[in-house]
Amino acid sequence: MSDTVVPHKAGSSAPRAGVASAPWLARLGASDVFYSFRRSRLTMAAAAVTLLFFLIAIFAPLLAVQNPFDPAQLQLMNSRIAPLWTADGQSPFLLGTDEQGRDVFSAILYGLRISLTVGLLGVLFSGTLGIVLGLIAGYFGGAVDSLIMRIADVQLTFPAILIALLINGVVKSVFGNRLDAMSMLAVLVVAIGLSFWVQYARTVRGSVMVEKNKDYVAAAQLIGLPAPVIMLRHVLPNTMGPVLVIATINLALAVITEATLSFLGSGMPDTMPSLGTLIRIGNNYLFAGEWWIVAFPGITLAALILSINLLGDWLRDALNPKLR
Amino acid sequence: MLAFTLHRAIQAIGVMIAVGIIAFSMFRFAGDPVNQIVSLDTPPAERAEVRKSLGLDDPVIVQFARYVGNAAQFKFGVSYQFRQPVTALLMERMPATLELATCATVLAMVFGILMGVYSALRRDTLLAKAFQAISLIGISLPTFLIGILLIYLFSVTLGWLPSFGRGDVVRIGWWTTGLLTVSGLKALIMPSVTLGLFQMTLIMRLVRAEMLEVLRTDYIRFARARGLTTRAIHFGHALKNTLVPVITVAGLQFGSVIAFAIITETVFQWPGMGLLFVQAVQNVDIPIMAAYLLMVSLIFVTINFVVDILYTVVDPRLRSTISGAA
Repeated sequence: MSDTVVPHKAGSSAPRAGVASAPWLARLGASDVFYSFRRSRLTMAAAAVTLLFFLIAIFAPLLAVQNPFDPAQLQLMNSRIAPLWTADGQSPFLLGTDEQGRDVFSAILYGLRISLTVGLLGVLFSGTLGIVLGLIAGYFGGAVDSLIMRIADVQLTFPAILIALLINGVVKSVFGNRLDAMSMLAVLVVAIGLSFWVQYARTVRGSVMVEKNKDYVAAAQLIGLPAPVIMLRHVLPNTMGPVLVIATINLALAVITEATLSFLGSGMPDTMPSLGTLIRIGNNYLFAGEWWIVAFPGITLAALILSINLLGDWLRDALNPKLR
Repeated sequence: MLAFTLHRAIQAIGVMIAVGIIAFSMFRFAGDPVNQIVSLDTPPAERAEVRKSLGLDDPVIVQFARYVGNAAQFKFGVSYQFRQPVTALLMERMPATLELATCATVLAMVFGILMGVYSALRRDTLLAKAFQAISLIGISLPTFLIGILLIYLFSVTLGWLPSFGRGDVVRIGWWTTGLLTVSGLKALIMPSVTLGLFQMTLIMRLVRAEMLEVLRTDYIRFARARGLTTRAIHFGHALKNTLVPVITVAGLQFGSVIAFAIITETVFQWPGMGLLFVQAVQNVDIPIMAAYLLMVSLIFVTINFVVDILYTVVDPRLRSTISGAA
């Protein structure tokens, strides 16, 4: 997909003003994609919300009133305080506290960090794996291709959440049930990565099979470039458009999967909670009337996924020339 | 047609063998089965005895053959945590999961098709836009959040519906059903809505897209020219042709409904196979995990196989492409 940077066609009135500071910025400002971005208010709102969540996650230590991962900072005297605007609210606990006296607001900030980290690393891992396998399958064809694609077919029959749960269970049984929080995070990234590579591989393989018959590939082969160089430097850049769309939508899926695994008790431990873990903990206090422990992490998670999904939907339409 | 069926059957068997190898390796290599059976202070000689009696000294290929042989007779060994045969545990919980999955699928089909048809025919009405918004939320809200929300609304706040379990069940042979008692039906409502919501949005979007596609075709225009009533055109011609892909997708999705039941069953503490599996993952109960994997794979592969075959029977256009490809 080369049309991410093509100048807009005559007749469409994309705003050119104010973006002439750098050449690439000017090209971005005049592109069709940026134009369709400016046209859709919903997309701009979704982008703003997503950006806000990322900023919150990055600057969590500056915004939080306590470090929820540090047991020394938690005081049991402060447990189960209602949100600030209710009759029982106490400063500085804006969204109340949980059973252990953990500030819900701070826990959400740090949880968001964990959720986004796992999501991004999971997408990075599955994307790399899928792109490499897709390139190999598409470029070489033959037995390698059919082996990789058969594995992909089989895996596609099973829902990702089931595969992630199984990988989780096997890792636990090999390394014992007590993994520390950081290794649990790595396990989640691997489980999510291995569950979502198929879509990338299929898409990249399809594009590569089209691209490899074009003249520029033949020319590159003729001047004697090695296969990896041709694949990575010449073929891959021409398959990136669809990959970008899949990666965006998969970020939402990866965040959901991580949250689901943590909710089911096979993800992040209570000592280093992600949003899913916070929801699982809060769910236990729902019947006691302490709704805020589960409600705010839940709203955060839903808003995060919704805005990423909206961005992904828009990107899919914007990069698809057929829909223009 | 026969060649195609055979080809697909061989493919299905291949998948089951691959899954069998994975299940066996989990069973055999992820943790030592002997440690799970004996206590900590068992002398080495006794451990060796147990090892021998379990056949763990045989060559791996012999063990694999034995595992497959046992699995074919639905013998999956003994659960580490319950000390009961895995098959009995799974059979006891299967009716709960199947009833839940069936109810969810029926709900998703009925409401998905109704909403999809409406939003295709009355595209610009407020209600159609509301359906679109609901479908976006249905895709973006994780299943467990929907479940928690329903519990908060209908169990905690209003107190109308039970928040966990199956209610009273009636035993018919080895099957237990919650469909015949009031409390059983009440307990079924929220879990099946939770489980079905995602499928419903999927079906609704599919029906809407297919209907819009079909309404643009020539034979619909011809039917209009013939002066047929709008109702006959919409429901007699358009909807009928929309339903083939819808039924296919719903059929294929039944497997994932069973898998997604894992989440719903955990939220509502529904005593099905999914809850058993989640507990097995938490407690590293490998025999249950391996057996669940094999059972679910068998269901998936069977459904895929049947749908593939049915599809060619229903849609003659596919037959020529298949014989051309094979």
